[in-house]
Amino acid sequence: MIANILFVLLLIAGVGLFTKKIRSVIRNIKLGQDLNLSDRPMERLQTMIRVALGQSKMGSRPVAAFFHVILYVGFIIINIEVIEIIIDGVFGTHRVLSFLGGFYNFLIGSFEYLAFLVLIACFVFLSRRNILKLKRFHMKEMTKWPKSDANIILITEIFLMSAFLIMNACDFQLQTLQAEHYFKGEIVGAFPISSALISFLPSEVSTLEFIERFCWWFHIIGILAFLNYVPYSKHFHIMLAFPNTYYSKLTPKGQFTNMESVTNEVKLMLDPSATPPPTDAPPARFGAKDVQDLTWKQLMDSYSCTECGRCTSACPANITGKLLSPRKIMMDTRDRLEEVGKNIDQHGADFNDSKSLLGNYITEEELWACTSCNACTEACPVNIDPLSIIIDMRRYLVMEQSTAPAELQGMFAKIENNGAPWQFPASDRMNWTKDEN
Amino acid sequence: MEKLVVPTMADMMAKGEKPEVLFWVGCAGSFDDRAKKVTKAVAKILQHSGVSFAVLGMEESCTGDPAKRAGHEFLFQMQAMSNVMVLNGYEVTKIVTACPHCFNTIKNEYPSLGGNYEVVHHSQLLQQLIDAGRLKVEGGSFKGKKITFHDPCYLGRANGEYEAPRSVIQKLDIYFTEMKRSRANGLCCGAGGAQMFKEPENGNKDINIERAEEALALNPEIIAVGCPFCMTMLSDGVKNFNKEHEVQVKDIAEMIAEAIDIN
Repeated sequence: MIANILFVLLLIAGVGLFTKKIRSVIRNIKLGQDLNLSDRPMERLQTMIRVALGQSKMGSRPVAAFFHVILYVGFIIINIEVIEIIIDGVFGTHRVLSFLGGFYNFLIGSFEYLAFLVLIACFVFLSRRNILKLKRFHMKEMTKWPKSDANIILITEIFLMSAFLIMNACDFQLQTLQAEHYFKGEIVGAFPISSALISFLPSEVSTLEFIERFCWWFHIIGILAFLNYVPYSKHFHIMLAFPNTYYSKLTPKGQFTNMESVTNEVKLMLDPSATPPPTDAPPARFGAKDVQDLTWKQLMDSYSCTECGRCTSACPANITGKLLSPRKIMMDTRDRLEEVGKNIDQHGADFNDSKSLLGNYITEEELWACTSCNACTEACPVNIDPLSIIIDMRRYLVMEQSTAPAELQGMFAKIENNGAPWQFPASDRMNWTKDEN
Repeated sequence: MEKLVVPTMADMMAKGEKPEVLFWVGCAGSFDDRAKKVTKAVAKILQHSGVSFAVLGMEESCTGDPAKRAGHEFLFQMQAMSNVMVLNGYEVTKIVTACPHCFNTIKNEYPSLGGNYEVVHHSQLLQQLIDAGRLKVEGGSFKGKKITFHDPCYLGRANGEYEAPRSVIQKLDIYFTEMKRSRANGLCCGAGGAQMFKEPENGNKDINIERAEEALALNPEIIAVGCPFCMTMLSDGVKNFNKEHEVQVKDIAEMIAEAIDIN
């Protein structure tokens, strides 16, 4: 009985804390500018199914894709088991779903195979990061925390899966020994993997029970802890990949937004007789200096980033040694957003810490190195768009600060003066027809 | 060979005529000496295929692409709206351009500013002409030559067009070879996003050198391009390795014009 109460309390605490964090994440995302993405719902659904559920963009790196699918399928399927664990925990039952009979055995058996494969995948991923030291996991922005984050997740997963398998092994042995509470007239569940562990187990029922209970509690507490770790981690993508791909950019990659606030002003400049359209208050600023200037989708992008670095390893600027790393743009955005969120929690909504994303996190040198080639957006497995953030910050630099590199200022002036980015008069535009050859 | 006649929209309008397609030459195509050769090749192919076309001439102005990518949205929209006024004034319906940056900007970013046209890249128009039997192409001097194609970002990834340029040059019976980074994984030449107009940031290599190195590793006779900026960047890259006498950088339109002997 005490165990049941303890379990319920733990469950409430775990889910409650998680809900609190999620609400703060949603609040933070809503700090972004409005953006209506309610169009084309069917196309959005298809994109989500293809990219998030079907992981269509993972395939470009087959080894990673293979083991990632195992982790992903394992994660989702094995979590069905959590339903049973919760019911058993609340009501003190044992394997309450075993009335499903053969299907139950099939389920438990498949969980075991999956758990074993997940273990292998975790070891593979750990060695890719720590032994093979893949370049993209060891770049500048991969400081201590991002590196530990990945390892913590993989090691936790190994512990969880091991606990699950040891628990099953003890259970199988207890059922074989016809122990009270465990044995229900016949052996329920199938134990294709854990049965191999039986020879390592002690023979006394009480010790077996202790190990089984320990692993059971470890497994469920581990899952609740993991649930609460996820929103702080790069692992958040397991949840956000779905909404983030649903709200993917559906227009051609080369199409940048036309800023409406600018359109209104330009229309007035070209045709002074035009009446200004009724708009709400003008935007605080053109372009983005801080996270609040970005759209909610760009902020959601930052929480969805799993720091895999595919964007950065495809970025021509980064490949040739420039400071720019699209992954860093996303990590900086998330770090700054979390900082702004904490400030609001601690000092209220109007608090100004006199810091900003541009300047304190992202430097102008990074922004000006971008060729806008879209290699980063193409590479991202969850359709994150670092390029739009880069362009919004350039907009701030140019239109609010007038701090573009001198050559670009010159290019602007030439377009303004003679309608071309080079110093040629319009009257020369037909010269090519006259040139000999 | 037939004399090249390039009417302007104003000429045509004065005669009460309307061309099938407006040829948007672009700033590079008008002013850059190397790109001007490509412009001429496109015009010659259009004329050769019996496509009635015209240019804006002095009335053409920068699409605003480099301003927009550099963050100057005001300047971009000023350019865009003035261009839209000119284009709409001539009731333009179809536009072809040999510059993927102009192509992307007019096709994707002009509609919400009032400019709605069918916009095609010259590789797509060449493909259409070949498919319709209006342009007949044989290998000629290109037969069997080892050629690779460098995807322009603003044609490829930006607009999903990977096939047209490949299919057009493969009509020349060439020995076509792909770089490892091609199509959706193509590596930028380094000029996009207004980089064409500034020095690169500090790094350990220039992007065009990285790309030229990759192309040269295939030992091609020609590196085919479909963008005036890629043309500049890759030509410089090839020169950097002192290979400009062995390896040519050519636009697909130049190759077609040369193959049908009108260049």
